[in-house]
Amino acid sequence: MPDPATPCGADNRKEILVRVKGLKKHFPILRGLIWQRQVGAVKAVDDVSFDIRRGETLGVVGESGCGKSTTGRAILQLQRPSAGKIFLGDQELTALGEPELRKLRPRMQMIFQDSYDSLNPRQSVGQIIAEPMVIHGDQNRTLSRQHMRNRVAELLDLVGLNPNHISRFSHEFSGGQRQRINIARALSLNPEFIVCDEPISALDVSIQAQVVNLFKDLQRRLGLTYLFIAHDLSMVQHISDRVAVMYLGRIMELADRDELFDAPLHPYTQCLMSAVPIPDPKKERNRRRITLTGEVPSPAHPPRGCVFHTRCPLAEDICSDKTPAYREILPDHFAACHFADDKGGSRIQEP
Amino acid sequence: MSTILSVRDLTLRFHTFDGVVHALNGISFDVQAGETLAIVGESGSGKSVTMMSLLHLLPMPPARIARGEALFYTNGTPTDLLKMSRADMHRVRGAQIGYIFQDALSALNPVMTVGRQIGESLVMHLGMDAETARKRAIDLLDDVGIPGARARYRNYPHQFSGGMRQRAMIAIAIACNPRMVIADEPTTALDVTVQAQIVELAKRIQRERGMTVVWITHDLGVVAGIADRVLVMYAGCPVEIAPVDDLYDHPQHPYTRGLLSALPRLDDRSRRDLASIQGAPPDMMASPRHCQFAWRCPYVFDRCWKAVPPYYPAGKGHATQCFYDLENGRPRTDA
Ligand SMILES: Nc1ncnc2c1ncn2[C@@H]1O[C@H](COP(=O)(O)OP(=O)(O)OP(=O)(O)O)[C@@H](O)[C@H]1O
Ligand SMILES: Nc1ncnc2c1ncn2[C@@H]1O[C@H](COP(=O)(O)OP(=O)(O)OP(=O)(O)O)[C@@H](O)[C@H]1O
Ligand SMILES: [Mg+2]
Ligand SMILES: [Mg+2]
Repeated sequence: MPDPATPCGADNRKEILVRVKGLKKHFPILRGLIWQRQVGAVKAVDDVSFDIRRGETLGVVGESGCGKSTTGRAILQLQRPSAGKIFLGDQELTALGEPELRKLRPRMQMIFQDSYDSLNPRQSVGQIIAEPMVIHGDQNRTLSRQHMRNRVAELLDLVGLNPNHISRFSHEFSGGQRQRINIARALSLNPEFIVCDEPISALDVSIQAQVVNLFKDLQRRLGLTYLFIAHDLSMVQHISDRVAVMYLGRIMELADRDELFDAPLHPYTQCLMSAVPIPDPKKERNRRRITLTGEVPSPAHPPRGCVFHTRCPLAEDICSDKTPAYREILPDHFAACHFADDKGGSRIQEP
Repeated sequence: MSTILSVRDLTLRFHTFDGVVHALNGISFDVQAGETLAIVGESGSGKSVTMMSLLHLLPMPPARIARGEALFYTNGTPTDLLKMSRADMHRVRGAQIGYIFQDALSALNPVMTVGRQIGESLVMHLGMDAETARKRAIDLLDDVGIPGARARYRNYPHQFSGGMRQRAMIAIAIACNPRMVIADEPTTALDVTVQAQIVELAKRIQRERGMTVVWITHDLGVVAGIADRVLVMYAGCPVEIAPVDDLYDHPQHPYTRGLLSALPRLDDRSRRDLASIQGAPPDMMASPRHCQFAWRCPYVFDRCWKAVPPYYPAGKGHATQCFYDLENGRPRTDA
């Protein structure tokens, strides 16, 4: 039994469930109407490596277009990577064909930001939740109607919805309730690993808390492993055990949550944290911000050298010249910055 | 401090095919000259409709103002914005009150250069000649932090990034030096580092020009950084109004208290579960007969189902629409 007092997944910390090695996903930029030729590539994800440990939540943050969703989809092989390897347990997903992948699909699921808006309005809640079981049911065991009904009722109960509402249609539910329906659907095949892609971004604050608490509760009860994607740093900080910070298709920094937020190494992480408002007027008034200039460059033409150097307050000549290696600077604390070391070499002096 | 805007009992409905949407149910608040008033609330609570109705920006029908007034003060003389003629309102908009929309791309004219859109309002409201307006527009673009303003003057909105468009919107809103600017979620669609830039810009401009700002947002973090006072809305009702420190330190409405404790904070490393508000906001198809938060309120008691609570004073400049005295932990005793 996991001890409820310890943070989610603190036990058996070291068992790795998902391993990502040198992941790249480049989208070709084509020109021409009939004879299309490739004139470039959007480097949506460019050489990303990390592990996800069983039972933990790995948060992924970064600004719009930095490649968070593409990473999530590539891990689940919903989009095949351009390069790199992905492992689930000891299976290399990138080496498998569709039929073998199909057998593994039940073990990994994805929940999208807007998926609750795209629930089929002509299906009842019961049909929506049972659909993955119908599709994948044959390979495990043939599920009887009664068995399926029981399972759906159990799932509704699990996500905090009334099991008697099994025949209702999705438009009869609020946004937060529809996201619960989605979660129930994702859980129906007993997955181990779930990619949550901005699952609460479209919800109101008072509802976000309900759904986040549900995610945490399900993790405690079912031992789930999450890749939790969001652009809301405060929420990622709240839910994650470890956090990866992405910028223009690359991981800038990855560390244990407390260490990342208390002692960030990468200048981008420091800037990002400094930009997040804190709901406390007295703190906000006395805060000194490191304000970044400009906006994120296009991933079709990423800057040479370190992709962050065009906005980095610490940038020097080397940064526009050489891409910094993504390396372990402190135990379990990775960063890609020429100046990062264990002596605060990459700390930005507060203005 | 003098009052620049005084809204009283503003009640507005949308008459749609599906029925009547009770979008605003007796909104009252004042705006003081030179302050920043933040209006916060969840999606659909009526934040945009409140400010849009004052400037006649809503389609009527389906919108209909059932009652209320909105007095806008010029040298101490009030004029009711709601009763203004089209022509008068046209003069007020832009010249006296600027409006920054959430979605800059759809608010800007796609087939007119950004520079001309600024210049046009200078010509129209201030009677500038074209050349002076052009120079002024370039200065404004420069002032809102658009690099290479002279060249950018000739660009169309789609050639601007999201953050730059929002800067251009600000330039248009402040072009004629209006006394009041309404900013409707000006940063919601932006990345957090760009949001920080725009917030800093807005604060600087307000300081330099001594403008009055009404800032609509659902982000209680942004509010903490910009507001002097805050109006909290819930389901078309103004449930609480207070000076910003007081609101965060001593929220007097259960909804406000719930919202504040539902927020994760970047400076809080504890792993406590977020306090969540159960249930969801009501649909607004019925005229409120009682507190609209009663269904979700942990402090609800019989009186809450019998009438819509009036504003109760709860400290200096602080008022709340609640029958329960949160501070003392008991129902209010007045009759
Ligand atoms: N199918 C595609 N074809 C071409 N480019 C794509 C495709 N999918 C994504 N991209 C590009 O890849 C980059 C990364 O996109 P991605 O959706 O992964 O970003 P994200 O971090 O999830 O952003 P957001 O926070 O906005 O969801 C973007 O520049 C995007 O435009
Ligand atoms: N043209 C319209 N016809 C019918 N109902 C409308 C119309 N415009 C707004 N409403 C309704 O009025 C209410 C208030 O809307 P408003 O746009 O002011 O919300 P808001 O607080 O600004 O929300 P958001 O944060 O989503 O912008 C909502 O219930 C909305 O559905
Ligand atoms: Mg995404
Ligand atoms: Mg709005």
